[in-house]
Amino acid sequence: MPVSDETPVDLAPVLESFPSLEVEKGTGALITQPALVLEVVQFLRDDPRYRLDYLSNVTGIDYLATVRKEKRVNEEGKTEIVKIDEPPRMDVVYHFYSMSEKRGLVTLKQRITDRDRPVATSLMPLFRSAEFQEREVYDLFGIDFQGHLDLRRLLMWEEFEDFPMRRDYVEPDDYEYEPTPHGEVLEKAKTHAGLGEGGSEE
Amino acid sequence: MDLLGSGIFKGMAVTLKNFAMTYFDRGRKERLPTVQYPEAGDTVTLFTRNFPFLIYDGEEEVDGMRCVACQICERECPPACIYIVKEKDENGKFVKRPKVFDIDVSVCMGCQICVEVCPFDAIVMDSEFEYSKEDRFGDLLFNRDELLKSNDYYHKIHPEEAQARDANLAAKKAADEAKKKAREEKAAAAAAAKAAAEKEASEKKDSPEASEPVAEEPKAEPAAPSENHAKAESEAKEKPAAEETPVEEPAAATDETEDAKEESSGGSEGKETSEEPEETAGSGEDDEKKAEEGEGVS
Amino acid sequence: MTMESSVVAGSEPTVEPRGFELIEREGLETNLLEVSMGPHHPSTHGVFRMDVKLDGETVTELRPVFGYLHRNHEKLAEDMGYLGSMPFTDRLDYFCSMTNNWAYALAGEKMIDLEVPERAEYVRVIMAELTRLVNHIMLVGFFVNDLGALGTPLLYALREREKILDLFEWASGARMMCNYMRFGGLRNDLPEGWLTKCREVVDAFPYFLDEYEKLLVENEIILVRTQNVGVLKPELAINAGITGPMLRASGVNYDLRKVDAYGVYDRFPFRVPMGEVGDCYDRFMVRILEMRESIKILRQAMDELPEGPIMGEAPRVFKPPAGEIYGRIEGPKGELGFYLVSDGTAKPYRYRVRPPSLVNLTVLEDLCLGHKVADAVVILGSVDIVLGEVDR
Repeated sequence: MPVSDETPVDLAPVLESFPSLEVEKGTGALITQPALVLEVVQFLRDDPRYRLDYLSNVTGIDYLATVRKEKRVNEEGKTEIVKIDEPPRMDVVYHFYSMSEKRGLVTLKQRITDRDRPVATSLMPLFRSAEFQEREVYDLFGIDFQGHLDLRRLLMWEEFEDFPMRRDYVEPDDYEYEPTPHGEVLEKAKTHAGLGEGGSEE
Repeated sequence: MDLLGSGIFKGMAVTLKNFAMTYFDRGRKERLPTVQYPEAGDTVTLFTRNFPFLIYDGEEEVDGMRCVACQICERECPPACIYIVKEKDENGKFVKRPKVFDIDVSVCMGCQICVEVCPFDAIVMDSEFEYSKEDRFGDLLFNRDELLKSNDYYHKIHPEEAQARDANLAAKKAADEAKKKAREEKAAAAAAAKAAAEKEASEKKDSPEASEPVAEEPKAEPAAPSENHAKAESEAKEKPAAEETPVEEPAAATDETEDAKEESSGGSEGKETSEEPEETAGSGEDDEKKAEEGEGVS
Repeated sequence: MTMESSVVAGSEPTVEPRGFELIEREGLETNLLEVSMGPHHPSTHGVFRMDVKLDGETVTELRPVFGYLHRNHEKLAEDMGYLGSMPFTDRLDYFCSMTNNWAYALAGEKMIDLEVPERAEYVRVIMAELTRLVNHIMLVGFFVNDLGALGTPLLYALREREKILDLFEWASGARMMCNYMRFGGLRNDLPEGWLTKCREVVDAFPYFLDEYEKLLVENEIILVRTQNVGVLKPELAINAGITGPMLRASGVNYDLRKVDAYGVYDRFPFRVPMGEVGDCYDRFMVRILEMRESIKILRQAMDELPEGPIMGEAPRVFKPPAGEIYGRIEGPKGELGFYLVSDGTAKPYRYRVRPPSLVNLTVLEDLCLGHKVADAVVILGSVDIVLGEVDR
């Protein structure tokens, strides 16, 4: 059964007003720089053609540096596979709907190119629903939200240092292992004193 | 709202009614659904699931085991509570049977994913729920022998499901058999042609040819029991039959997950190569192997 | 000290702040009192802490602290195949495993354009509405429990829930962790006789709801404690992304069952109950009224339940093409969304749950400011959180 979404949103007006916006291939998401995001969102929220008054979901995505292969047609008309170096980046993804006009969905992505010191612009001045969700993104991805009024860790404890949702996160070897039958865990458990029994592995 | 406090009295009337109704049969049924646990009430329903167990066919626990140690369940288990070590014979060749099959039921969440991904209907859910043990680490780690339960037991706890599974297996077996017959004929012809000279050459053979004999070991364990007649059959017959399964089983596994495909096919290749020396050993060694396995298990 | 700074612009407190300013008298020094409520407090619905600053008994600052149940469900899911996450969705909001399953299945189905057979859609509706009954009846029970009616109403609620859990167990094999839905349909068909039993339960339900209303709705203590307490203005509700019964109690007509009409919800005529004031009483009543509407849907769905397959042509290996999807349903607590990003492999590249309870908590401080600390407990009860979902 196809899911009947609300009225789809025409992105033309916002692209007209903000020529620097890009539309992501495949997903149809708007991509913006952190510097511009507040203006864009304000436009989306207040312009009568959009009235996207409901920020549903905020999350982050972490992309490590990869090599992407893409098929391209070269000048001679042959298709060849081109390797493209994708620099590391982070995205903050926002999903907007309109409650008053029953419109949706507009996906907006803040693209952060500096993955080592990711700084994004907070939407909290415009949307209260960004408050906890951006805190969560800060907590799990380590993205610093400029303009957030209360940027603290949300789920992890204050003293925690790493950012667990990053793709290169390595879990610390500091917790108590229970001797489960799994070889991998068992091996780890053996390095911790007093544990490592159990498991019927010979 | 008329009189202040009347709402409270109305509410009190409801509680009084509820209290009084528990003294009547009808009211008790509606308002007191408590089950007096150990004495009365069977809470097991059709799809009740608690922890998984391994099925064996026939009488022999280990020989009748359906599990072929394909490790799909181990890979798919969301809380990763299954641990499998494939059985090897003395020559380091893999036998299609788990040597170690552990389930940590203190980790298991009874989600039934293992049952769904198992291509051999070898693992199913138990409805047994009284598992209080004294030791969390030792006693709640079920090993292979504790997990093995007979197909009859399965029929007793989940009759409909068991029948469906049996039918499914029978259908699979029939399909296998049809294929097998076709191959048997081929194999018989080939075997005659090969004869003694083949034996020496076989050691250096490449995988395509080797794949035929590979079948022997794995087949003998998982397939023979499920085809109850297999045991009655002579070894000579069993051998060609065996050729069938190794080809089929990886194929069945492929359906499950693509990873599985890669790995299981990879695994079977590995087996094939490792089994090459085995070929010459012939059926006599098969028996020995079985015997050893039996000992090892017990 | 005044509270103006903390109150969000545009929302004026409708309740007169009582004893709000610090008493300043010659020779008498007063101070704000910091109280840490929780994490193990019977009124916090789990391991949830409220750092409250009190002026006398009046709340002047409230900071929700949570994360005690955090297990990084999202990270776990990214290390696992798509199907493997299904049983873990049960454990988000453990009262509503069926709707959690559905939301995840829906997102997955959107990803590969999978058609779900009619019968499966109907069964999903039945299960979702039963879940709504379970959730709301539990909310009402705990809510009254928070008000001080210890035990009795809660146990009545548990008793009714028990009957529905029995139905879940019969159909799915487990009472709470159902793990019943799959991409493209259901795990198994309804067992024989299930529908009859379900009809019995559903038919008996309004009777108990009447009784419940008699017990609670006119109770003067409940009225005094909940009316005009924790008023949520619709503008703030929309801006803060509040969804579900809490939003509708503030008078905003936004129900995804109507708006998105996912599944087969467009075939069922039902009304969307809405509150006028947006106080705790409205939130409480909206849930009771929603249960009545759910029963309507249930009856119709059971009458119209078609025969047929329960599983669509789902691939055995769930491996969606590269892309992303945001699928959402109207969970009993609000909009439950799943945002999945695929890179073309059998594991999701990004898996995000949009938890309604967490977002609904955003306004907890705004609701509690100016009320007594005992009201904070009631307001938290009316927000309806489950920590398994808040913390994930």
